[in-house]
Amino acid sequence: MGMAAESQFHVLAVDDSLCDRKLIERLLQKSSCQVTTVESGSKALEFLGLRQGLQSNDPNELSTSPHIHQEVEVNLIITDYCMPGMTGYDLLKKVKESSAFKNIPVVIMSSENVPARISRCLEEGAEEFFLKPVRLADLNKLKPHMMKTKLKNQKLEEIEEASKDETALVEPEIKDSTKIEILPLQQDLQLVQQEEQTLCTNNKRKSMEEGISTDRALTRFDGITTTV
Amino acid sequence: MLGLGVDRLQADINRLLASLFHQGVLDEQFLQLQQLQDDTSPNFVYDVINIYFDESEKLLRNLRLLLMDREFSDFKKIGLHLNQLVGSSSSIGARRVRNVCVAFRSASELNNRLGCLRGLEVVEHEYHYLKNMMHELFQLEQQRLLAAGVRYPM
Repeated sequence: MGMAAESQFHVLAVDDSLCDRKLIERLLQKSSCQVTTVESGSKALEFLGLRQGLQSNDPNELSTSPHIHQEVEVNLIITDYCMPGMTGYDLLKKVKESSAFKNIPVVIMSSENVPARISRCLEEGAEEFFLKPVRLADLNKLKPHMMKTKLKNQKLEEIEEASKDETALVEPEIKDSTKIEILPLQQDLQLVQQEEQTLCTNNKRKSMEEGISTDRALTRFDGITTTV
Repeated sequence: MLGLGVDRLQADINRLLASLFHQGVLDEQFLQLQQLQDDTSPNFVYDVINIYFDESEKLLRNLRLLLMDREFSDFKKIGLHLNQLVGSSSSIGARRVRNVCVAFRSASELNNRLGCLRGLEVVEHEYHYLKNMMHELFQLEQQRLLAAGVRYPM
């Protein structure tokens, strides 16, 4: 709770070397970031909540699974490339393939300067590729990336907080939506909200492409959702 | 009287560091480590270097065990261990150790066990030299802290 009130960015740092984890942690702290370090890609996914089977559409699952925005808000993932098991590249792919987390910026670090590796990572969606050892100056490049997701998450939280007060009063008038499964009954409102929030950032572009204005949707639905 | 002890120790520290930079044992990354140390993390350099020592010694032990085996043939594993050593050495500014690891890694690609053993000896030598120098540095810094902490009653 209250993640929206935190002004610090939260970074998840992944590296199999304890020495490098200590270093990146210190660098990030010096950059005024909150840091969580993990030693592997699978631990990183666990921390994010991306365990196998948790990504189902089962309504019961959704209500018990970690509510992403409030519990584990991560504004950036920074990961080493060379790790045993899941490499940084594998982790990058998994994150970008996940509907819930694809918008978290991912940065790759490597002590090897391999151009093919660098372009592969950037093509897969990495925001930056840093050569180790990473410097404070490198981390300054990350602020704009983290700012984007932070503001987005804050906005979603505010909408959610506002709508929680209104669930008793407002009947969802979600018509004309071609992207979300509409359940007009009151008890399903929460399910729709959660689903919409995870789909929100993905659908924003889609809805804009299809000519549906998100602003219009906001006023129409009285603060329940920001997108159609 | 008080000032002399601290100043002299500081001069010794500076001289040692200058020498290590001059020899190429350390590079500017070590300075970066020092800059990351502050009141909120006053033992950062000491802590990181000690973690580096622990990790490196495990890797060096494993390398030696692997290579002592006459039937040894898993040179890829050597490469993986060396990647880790190269990475962590460059992270703390241990330039010479990093360089000899890189050289060793290239040699290991020739798949020659005895050649690898020679490479390992060079790495071990550089590593132990670095470790001794770091210990000396930490001792001097410890003494300087103590000297700076002494207060004569006014």
